[in-house]
Amino acid sequence: MQYQSFLIKYAEIGTKGKNRYIFEDALMHQIRHHLQKVEGEFVIQKEQGRIYVNAKTDYDYDEVIDALKRVFGVTGICPMMQLEKCEYDELRKKVVDFVKVEHPEDGFSFKVHAKRADKHYPVTSDEINADLGHDILEANEGARVDVHHPDFVVYVEIRQKINVYTQVIKGAGGMPIGTNGKAMLLLSGGIDSPVAGYMIAKRGVMIEAVYFHAPPYTSDRAKQKVVDLAKLVARYSGSIKLHVINFTDIQLAIYEKCPHDELTIIMRRYMMRIAEMIAEKNDCIGLITGESIGQVASQTMFSLRTTDEVCNLPVYRPVIGFDKQEIVDLSEKIGTYETSILPYEDCCTIFVAKHPVTKPNLGAIKKSELRLSEIIDEMVEKAVNEEEVIWCS
Amino acid sequence: MREVYFDNAATTRVRDEVIEAMVKAMSLDYGNPSSRHKKGMDAELLVREAREQIAKTLKVKPKEIFFTSGGTESDNMALIGAAMARNRRGKHIISCNVEHAAIYKTLEYLEQQGFEISIIPVDSKGHVDLDKLRAEIRPDTILVSMMYVNNEIGAIEPVEKIGALIKEINPNCYFHTDAIQAYGKLTIRPAKEHIDILSMSSHKIHGPKGAGFIYINEKVQLNPIIFGGGQQMDMRSGTENVPGIVGTGLAAKLYYEHHDEQIEKIVAVKDRLIDRLEQMDKVTVNSERGLLSAPQIVSASFEGVRAEVLLHALEDKGIYVSSGSACSSNHPAISGTLKAIGVKNELLDSTLRFSFGIYNNIEEADYCADCIEELLPVLRRYTRH
Repeated sequence: MQYQSFLIKYAEIGTKGKNRYIFEDALMHQIRHHLQKVEGEFVIQKEQGRIYVNAKTDYDYDEVIDALKRVFGVTGICPMMQLEKCEYDELRKKVVDFVKVEHPEDGFSFKVHAKRADKHYPVTSDEINADLGHDILEANEGARVDVHHPDFVVYVEIRQKINVYTQVIKGAGGMPIGTNGKAMLLLSGGIDSPVAGYMIAKRGVMIEAVYFHAPPYTSDRAKQKVVDLAKLVARYSGSIKLHVINFTDIQLAIYEKCPHDELTIIMRRYMMRIAEMIAEKNDCIGLITGESIGQVASQTMFSLRTTDEVCNLPVYRPVIGFDKQEIVDLSEKIGTYETSILPYEDCCTIFVAKHPVTKPNLGAIKKSELRLSEIIDEMVEKAVNEEEVIWCS
Repeated sequence: MREVYFDNAATTRVRDEVIEAMVKAMSLDYGNPSSRHKKGMDAELLVREAREQIAKTLKVKPKEIFFTSGGTESDNMALIGAAMARNRRGKHIISCNVEHAAIYKTLEYLEQQGFEISIIPVDSKGHVDLDKLRAEIRPDTILVSMMYVNNEIGAIEPVEKIGALIKEINPNCYFHTDAIQAYGKLTIRPAKEHIDILSMSSHKIHGPKGAGFIYINEKVQLNPIIFGGGQQMDMRSGTENVPGIVGTGLAAKLYYEHHDEQIEKIVAVKDRLIDRLEQMDKVTVNSERGLLSAPQIVSASFEGVRAEVLLHALEDKGIYVSSGSACSSNHPAISGTLKAIGVKNELLDSTLRFSFGIYNNIEEADYCADCIEELLPVLRRYTRH
């Protein structure tokens, strides 16, 4: 059976009072965006507290479900039969047929959950529950009613039209993109940063990304890997504007002028400074990193404090309390893991000291940075001005 | 930007004449060689012609040439096919420690299947130790597999001596050589060198990828490893890759026509690069001049520079080379050959391979050397700790 319509369920955004329409419009916009990549024509409609996706042409069911499952803000996707208002007897017959097609298996348990939003309809919800329960039992040998733990629920909603469905497929949750500003993700090519981007995007935040490229120390394959990762995150977040910054000269200057056990921290500080400059140019109001406390020397609390200090924008670190395995699990779930573990070096790993400082002293770091003062502003400005922009979608 | 392709041991640009012949094999002579009609026969004739072209280059019989999908398949077929055909005579196989993965991975598989594998070490020039080989050959040794030219440093193995030694001690033992880097560049005579089985890949000699052949002496028993419609005398089933075969035959013919001139030109490029590299500070050349090692390969180690960084820096200048070993920390597979010839540990990660083909010239070697001279001091200022 090819479903003509899908009912889209959403939770949090229903509670946002007068702002509700903004959220619903954003959600519809996102659904439309995600369905653009699916072959077929779809119409997205809104009815009080409900969003419907109606197929106008043939389509591939799995593709549509996969696309809808990636839309933040959707809690449930219900493939349904949508009927024009009809006589009660006809409705009973159609629901019984629908259940038979959806559940050809023997001996299922079920319950009927009718909801009469349109009070003009001549039969009450309780009557519908009782009548349909009876009809379905009669039509399916071995079927039984279980009001507490049924195998499935037959939902019948009497509204402008009548919605009938028995499946609720779990959605991505979160909030629709575009309801919560824009942030700049520092994307490295590792496992953590794509997950961090995903998590913040899930809260309705639009994402841009910045990658620090250090040719010839990092290869074009490493850069391609980051583009691929941005594309994978973009399947959820929508198109990502990726800013590629040539970081080689800055990195070499730090290497030449500063103590080697402080290289990583000072490098991170310049990355944050540059990321903030790019963020502000692009109306982003926050930075996102994939840092997790204590994972590496530059991610101890002492180090984080030292890198944070250069930023005015808030830095969001959604995986801050995660263990590595938890981050890996999430990256596997969202499909970025396999790309993340491809063995190309990123610029964080090319000049690492054997024993980097784990408790950097802010005063000492600032003093070391003074050694760069004559050249660094110009280099940073050059790096920012010569950024390469790649749209990833 | 100027483009200098010095990675011909990885793969080569296909000759224009070869492309033309292959296009014709796809557009006009597209029949299946097994079909009974004329279209099929035209294709069959092309396959036959290619087989003859190749047989001529080795001075062997056309029926001893079987077309495969390339070097890896030929190597697999040689080792597994010989092991399966001969396992009642013995289960002992000998190879050396600088072979390509297509050999040593296949040997690992055979070891799991119950075969006993002996590995002979090489000396500092990459040559197999003949005394150690002599000591290993036993009555139950069924196969010796030794590469003809090493793919990382270009060392030429003493194939004729190896062959003679094997036959002297155990005339029943087969001798296979992986000639993937040798074919086209060196004159190979299986009869004289006691080679029973030989593997070749087409895309190393300006032919197409996905094509190659295996030479099997008519007296040698080998089991097929691919089964099906019985093409190529039941040895290698599957509809013949006619365009690939046509390309292989023509590429082989064109390399062995005016062979000396073409090789001289390649050696000139190689020797110029070696001359220039040897003048540089803290650079070690791991290959020999002229025809003491393969004409097309120069391996060199650059102290204090990471191979991959130099590779990408050269790439920025339009020069394409290969790193002698996989190097990043995420990728611990250090080159077997460099280790085997005793390259110092700190240089394993600092070694590049330059390899040449018929489209290269001396000016390119100079340009490459100029670029390296320019880059080395810059890159050496920044080293990993």
